[in-house]
Amino acid sequence: MNSLTLSQVTKIYDGVTALDAVGFTVAPGERVALLGHNGAGKSTLMKIILGLIPATAGQIEVLGAGPGSQTARDGTAYLPENVAFHPALTGLEQIRLYLRLRGDDPAKAMALLDRVGLGQAARRRIGTYSKGMRQRVGLAQSLIGNPRLLVLDEPTSGLDPVSRREFYTILDTLAADGAAILLSSHALTEVEARTDRIVILSQGRLMANDTLAALRQRAALPIRLQVSARPGAADQVAAQLAGGRRNGVMVDLTCAHDEKLNRLGDIAALHGLIEDVEIIPPSLEDLYSHFSRRDEA
Amino acid sequence: MTALVRPVAALGATEFRIALRNRWVTITVAMMALFALVLSAAGSAPTGDVGVDALSVTVASLTSLGVYLVPLMALLMSFDAVAGEMERGTLSLTLTYPVSRGAILLGKFAAHMAVLAIAVGAGYGLAAVAALVADPEAVEGLPALWRLFWSSVLLGAVFLCIGYALSAMARRPGAAAGLAIGVWLAVVVLYDLGLLAAVVADGGGVFTTRTLPWLLLANPADAFRLFNLAASEATAAASGLGGAAQTIPAYHALISVLLWPVVAFALAVAALRRVTP
Repeated sequence: MNSLTLSQVTKIYDGVTALDAVGFTVAPGERVALLGHNGAGKSTLMKIILGLIPATAGQIEVLGAGPGSQTARDGTAYLPENVAFHPALTGLEQIRLYLRLRGDDPAKAMALLDRVGLGQAARRRIGTYSKGMRQRVGLAQSLIGNPRLLVLDEPTSGLDPVSRREFYTILDTLAADGAAILLSSHALTEVEARTDRIVILSQGRLMANDTLAALRQRAALPIRLQVSARPGAADQVAAQLAGGRRNGVMVDLTCAHDEKLNRLGDIAALHGLIEDVEIIPPSLEDLYSHFSRRDEA
Repeated sequence: MTALVRPVAALGATEFRIALRNRWVTITVAMMALFALVLSAAGSAPTGDVGVDALSVTVASLTSLGVYLVPLMALLMSFDAVAGEMERGTLSLTLTYPVSRGAILLGKFAAHMAVLAIAVGAGYGLAAVAALVADPEAVEGLPALWRLFWSSVLLGAVFLCIGYALSAMARRPGAAAGLAIGVWLAVVVLYDLGLLAAVVADGGGVFTTRTLPWLLLANPADAFRLFNLAASEATAAASGLGGAAQTIPAYHALISVLLWPVVAFALAVAALRRVTP
């Protein structure tokens, strides 16, 4: 059974369609990234999943129950975008409160803060925390009670690269234990390596829902081949491969996915003239632009 | 049962801690203590030949003070309760926990009521001590002071709940603060002025004898004043509308004093239910 099933979810605010028949699933242990521009409907969709706002139409099943039901709330953790906890409380007090609200033992607060790297600052007021530290408080509360579904809205915004890596390590552990994770992000490069599937929303519509590899294949975006020529041979290499010179030694080529091997053969034939070749597949940024603009043209 | 009590206790304890850290407890206690002492000092002078003990006179002064100060303190503590949490994003987070909106409000309410009770208790307690030191007969005024204490806390409860409702409707702390001050002015200050003007214009007609008592009972601040002054022997010390409304039986005022907190809490819960996080 899926942890989260969405089907034909539609939300209309004052005549404006914020979500238009969106449907996808998240299985236990699966990490799904929800991508989209600002205003694409990511936060709205998350709030509908959490039962904070009702959908205008469509079916939503959270852990086998309705959104906002006791079962759904007991098993779901949420991290809102840019959450700012009360500055007068310490991190420890804030987490103890959330533990008690879940009916859990407040003594577990220190272990949770240690897990997100806030053990040292636990007894300091949140008002003195950096944005990244506040985000870690939010992450710590989302780990309470081994949630079966985590809904994380821009969880890594404000985190430095090391913190981001630690954050995804924690998510990997949770997913390995069978938790389903739905997270939204703007940082495409980090999502690329750390999630199993990608859902792209654009203007409230679902533009893509697949693994990164499958999206690459479907988009059929050109692959870049970067050839570095031996000193002085760049012009000759560029001419023979019909590619563009970039600087003294580099020659740039692009080709379709199915031409890749032929092109590599051409390059290999010039082995006396070249030093190296780099294959650059379309990045997630390229894919994202491709899928989110598909209908605009 | 525990499922309801547990989150309320947790939220209440946290809210009380915030009130301590934000100096609300210090500020309100200091304010009440200072005013109570000033009124005790001022009120102890002319008692001798009125035949009333010092504390009863002080209670009459404290009633006139409390009717302004208690609603103001309550509104200042409550205007941020919902709007502030919406702005920080913690309201939507808390609502994803297995906690009802009523429980969230009840937790805040319990903490703010505790702060108010401490502040009012400290102020009135000081007034009692001052009166007892000056006049041993002041013991006779203690029941009136006790009545003033619990009715002040109930008056505070009404304005706390009005503050929560405004906070939920305004959605932004700045707007909520403006609304709270506006409500304080309208309900506590301008309402009475308006009634006075109407009474003067009416010249003892139908409005003064029939409508005025109901209008006084409809306002929680006026009901509070009527209840304490009607029950106190020192009504003579009362001013303004207190005298004009002596026809109102004390139990009518009592019903209003008891009913208003319930109505206001229901109003606050309804306002919070309408909030879309």
